[in-house]
Amino acid sequence: MLLRLDHVGKEFYGNRVLSDISFDIDAGEIIGLVGENGAGKSTLLNILFGMPVIASTGGYEGTVQVDGKTVHFTSPNQALAAGIGMVHQEFSLIPGFTATENILLNREVLRGSSMSYVFSDRVSTLDREAMNSRAITAINTLGVNISPDMIVSEMPVGYKQFIEIAREIDRKNTRLLFLDEPTAVLTESEAEILITALKKLARSGIAIVFISHRLSEVKELCSRILVLRDGRLITDQKAEDLTTRQIASFMVGRESEKREVQQPIEIPDNPIDTISASEMLNPSPKKKRKKIRPALKVEHLWVDMPGETVRDVSFDVMKGEIFGIGGLAGHGKLGIPNGIMGLYPSGGRVKLFGKRLILNKPRAALGRKMAFVSEDRRGVGLLLDEPLDWNITFTAMQTQGRFLFGIPFIFQMRNERAMSKEAQKFIDQLSIKCTGPHQLASELSGGNQQKVCLAKAFVLKPDILLICEPTRGIDIGAKTLVLDTLREYNRENGTTIIITSSELEELRSVCNRVAIVDEGKIAGILPASSPAEDFGMLMMGQTKNNNDNNIDIENVNVNVNGEGEISA
Amino acid sequence: MIRRLFDIIANNAVPAVFIIISAFAIPLSGYSASYLIQELLTRIGRNSFLILSLLIPIMAGMGLNFGMVLGAMAGQIGLLFICDWGIVGIPGIVLACLIGTPIAIILGIFCGHVLNRAKGREMVTSYILGFFINGVYQMVVLYLMGWIIPITNPALLLSRGYGVRNAVSLLGIRGILDNLIPTVITGTQGAGQFFNAQGGNPFILLQIPLIDGSIRIPLATLIVIALFCVFIIWFRKTKLGQDMRAIGQNQAVSDSAGIPVNRTRIIAIVISTVLACYGQIIYLQNMGTLNTYNSHDQAGMFSIAALLIGGASVSRASIANVFLGVILFHLMFIVAPVAGKNLIGDAQIGEYFRVFVSYGIIAIALVLHAWKRNREREAARRSLRGNKGGE
Repeated sequence: MLLRLDHVGKEFYGNRVLSDISFDIDAGEIIGLVGENGAGKSTLLNILFGMPVIASTGGYEGTVQVDGKTVHFTSPNQALAAGIGMVHQEFSLIPGFTATENILLNREVLRGSSMSYVFSDRVSTLDREAMNSRAITAINTLGVNISPDMIVSEMPVGYKQFIEIAREIDRKNTRLLFLDEPTAVLTESEAEILITALKKLARSGIAIVFISHRLSEVKELCSRILVLRDGRLITDQKAEDLTTRQIASFMVGRESEKREVQQPIEIPDNPIDTISASEMLNPSPKKKRKKIRPALKVEHLWVDMPGETVRDVSFDVMKGEIFGIGGLAGHGKLGIPNGIMGLYPSGGRVKLFGKRLILNKPRAALGRKMAFVSEDRRGVGLLLDEPLDWNITFTAMQTQGRFLFGIPFIFQMRNERAMSKEAQKFIDQLSIKCTGPHQLASELSGGNQQKVCLAKAFVLKPDILLICEPTRGIDIGAKTLVLDTLREYNRENGTTIIITSSELEELRSVCNRVAIVDEGKIAGILPASSPAEDFGMLMMGQTKNNNDNNIDIENVNVNVNGEGEISA
Repeated sequence: MIRRLFDIIANNAVPAVFIIISAFAIPLSGYSASYLIQELLTRIGRNSFLILSLLIPIMAGMGLNFGMVLGAMAGQIGLLFICDWGIVGIPGIVLACLIGTPIAIILGIFCGHVLNRAKGREMVTSYILGFFINGVYQMVVLYLMGWIIPITNPALLLSRGYGVRNAVSLLGIRGILDNLIPTVITGTQGAGQFFNAQGGNPFILLQIPLIDGSIRIPLATLIVIALFCVFIIWFRKTKLGQDMRAIGQNQAVSDSAGIPVNRTRIIAIVISTVLACYGQIIYLQNMGTLNTYNSHDQAGMFSIAALLIGGASVSRASIANVFLGVILFHLMFIVAPVAGKNLIGDAQIGEYFRVFVSYGIIAIALVLHAWKRNREREAARRSLRGNKGGE
C-alpha cells in the first residue's frame, strides 16, 4: 500500500469542501480522478502536497498514510521527500533553459571545488556532461525522443509536458506521480504518446494519479476511476466496469432529475413558455418561424483572454432566446462574451442582426445596443466608490448621451435629477436593498451589487444582453431573484439574453438552449431539457471531435431554421 | 522570414547607429589613429570595470542596476580615508578597497532587501534608492567627516573645519594601477623619444611599425579587467550563476523548484555593489581627482548608457556588449566635440550630444524592453490558442 487516505475532510471557514474521502493506491497503479470544478480535486491535492493554504486554514480531518505510516505534510518539500511528485496544469519550466537544465532544475550535478568549502555548494561549477546523461535517461524512460539541448521555448507544447514529467522521474525517489490535466494542451497524437509513456512508467512501479476531464483518455489509461462531486467520493471502481456515460452522470449528479422536480420551473416546458410569451417567437405555424433570423451569429471566434482562451467558436442565437454557455472553468466560456464585447483581443466574425460587428472595440459593441454584465463585478462591473445612480446611468451617459443636458459636443452637464429618478426606478423594480440612489456601490452586498450591474445593463435598453456568472458569490435567495429578473426581462421586452455560467443547473433552469464549451471550442449545443448526463458528456470531451464541431452546430442551426424548433 | 530579419535589426539597431555615426565623425574630427587608440585604451581601462559590475543583476533578472552608485559611494569613502591617512600607491588602493567593501556589502544587502519588496519595479526603485543613499552619503561627507568621523588632513576639509572639500586630489594614487606595469607601443621613430621621457625606468616596449607616435597601455588595469571577465565566465557556470539565470527568467518556477529566490537576488545585488565600489576606485585612480559630491552621480548613468549602446538590453547582456559599448560610447565622446566644432563651429554641441545620447539611449532601451515583453506575452498566448486566427 503506497498511499492510503482515511476519512479525509476539509472545511474552509465553515464551508465544507471535502468530506470523508477514503481510498488507497498501490505501486504501479494508474488511477483516474475526475470531477467538476469545485468538486474538491484541488483541495485534495493541496492536502496531499502539504500546501501552506491548508495549514493556515486549520488543517484537515482524517489521516494520510504513506507506506503504512501516518504523515502530515506541512510543506511541498516534505511531500517531495516522501516520493510524491506533481505535474501542474500550467507549465513550470524556465523558457530560456534547455531540456537538461529544466529537468535538473535545482538538482544540478556539481563538480566539487575547494571554493565550496569556503562558501557553499552554490559556487561549484555544473557538470554538464553528467547532467545531460541523467536527462537523457529520464527522457528515455518516457519513450520519447527529445534532444537534451533543445531550448524549452522553442519546443512544441507537447514536448514541454514530457519535460515536466521527465523532471519528476529524474527525482530518484518518486513513487507516486500526480498529473493535473496533462493532456489539455496536447494534440491527439501527442496525448497518445503520453498515454503510452505513462503506461510504461507505471510498469516500472511508479503509481500515477491522472486528473483529466477527457473521459476517453481516463478510460483508456486508468485501471481505477475515482469520481468526486461536491467534496464527496462518489465512486471508486475498476475502469472496465464503468461506461463513460456512467462516469459523466456520476460527475454531474445522478439525482438531477429529482432536483428538476424541486425546481419551480418545469424545464421541458420552459423554452416553449418563454418563447411563446416573447413577442418575436410565437409557437404558431412553422412557416412563420422559418423567418426567424439569428440575432447573433458568431463564426470562428477566437479570443485571447488569459486563462479563458477561446480557440474556434461558432454558434447562432435566435432573437428572443435565452442562450446559455456552460463548461468547466478555464475552457473559454467566459472568453466568448468578453471577446464579443471587445474587452480582450479577438478575431473571427460576429454578426448582429445580419450586420457585422466590429470586434476589439467595446464602444462599437455598446453602440449596437449590446449590454454586458461582467463576471468581474467589482473590477469591471462597478465604479465602487461612486453612488448607485452614477453606476446605473454611467454607460448610458457615456455611450448614448442620455442623462445629460446642454449642447451636445460643446458643453454638457450631468442631469442629476434624471439620474436619481432612473436609479430609483430600478431600485424599486429590482428591490435593491440600499439607503437610496446616493449610496456608494461598495457598501452594498454582493447580491445587490449584482442587481445594480443588471440595472446598469437594463438602462441601455439592449437588444442583446450578455451576462457572465450572474449568480457567482451571491446567496441563494438573491440567486433566484436575479434569475427571475432575467427571465422576466426576457419575457417582457423580448431581449435576447446570453448567460455564461459555471452552474449547469442554473443554465438548464433559465435557458432555452445551452452550449457547452470544451478546450476553447463548442462541444455541442443542447436544448435545456436534455438530461444532465448529456451535458456532462460534452464537458468531459465526449462526442467532441475537433473537426466535427462546426457540423454539429450547423445541424442544430438547420433544425432551428428548417424545422422551426429550437429544442432539437 | 521578414519578421526574423526585423528582429535582427531591432536587436542590433543601437550599436549599428553608433557605428555609422562614428564612421562619419572620425574623419571629421581629424584625429590620428594612435591618438584615438590611446584615448580609447585609457577609457576602456577607466570604465570597463564599472560597466562589468552591471552584468550579474541583469543575469538575475533585476534589470539595469541603477543602484550601482551605492557601490561607487562606498569606494569614494574608502578613497577619502586613504587620502586623509596619506597612504599612497598600491597599498593605498588596496586599503581603499578594503574600507569600501564592507560598506558596499551593507549597502548592497539593504538595496537587495528593498528590491525584493519591489519586484518587477527594480530599476525605478534602485534609481530612486540611489538618490536616497546619496543624501545619506552627503550627510556623512558634508557634516560628519571632520566632526564625528576624524579627518586630520586640513587640505581635505572645508575651511569651516568639518565637511570634505568639493574637489579632492588623489595625487598619491593617480595612475598607480595604470602604470604598475608600464607598457608602451611605439612606431619605429618614437622609441628613443620615449626612453628619455621615462627617465630610465624599466618598462615594456612593443614596436609596431605602422603606428606613429607612442601609445601607453594601462596593462595592469587591463589585466584586472581580464581577470574579472574570467570571474564572470566562471560565475555563469556555477550553481549560483545557474540559479540566477533561472530566477531571471521565471521567479515563480524557480521558487517552486526550491531555489531561494530572495536570497539569491540579494547576493546578485551585493556582488554588483561591491564590484561597482572597486570599479569606482579604478575609475578615480585614473582620473586623479575626486569630485566628492558629483563623481558617483554620473557613474551609474554613463555606465548603463555605455552597456546599452553595446547592444545589451534590460534582460540580456554579455561581456562583448560591455567592450563594444565602451568603445562606441567613448569614441563618440572623443570625436563628437571636435567633429561638432569642425562642422558647426561650436564645441558645446559635443557635450550636448553626450548627455542627450546617454539619457536618450536609456529611454529607448526601456521602451524597447517593454514593447518586446508585450510581444512575447502575446506570442505565448497565441501559441496557447494553437496559432488559430492568425495575427
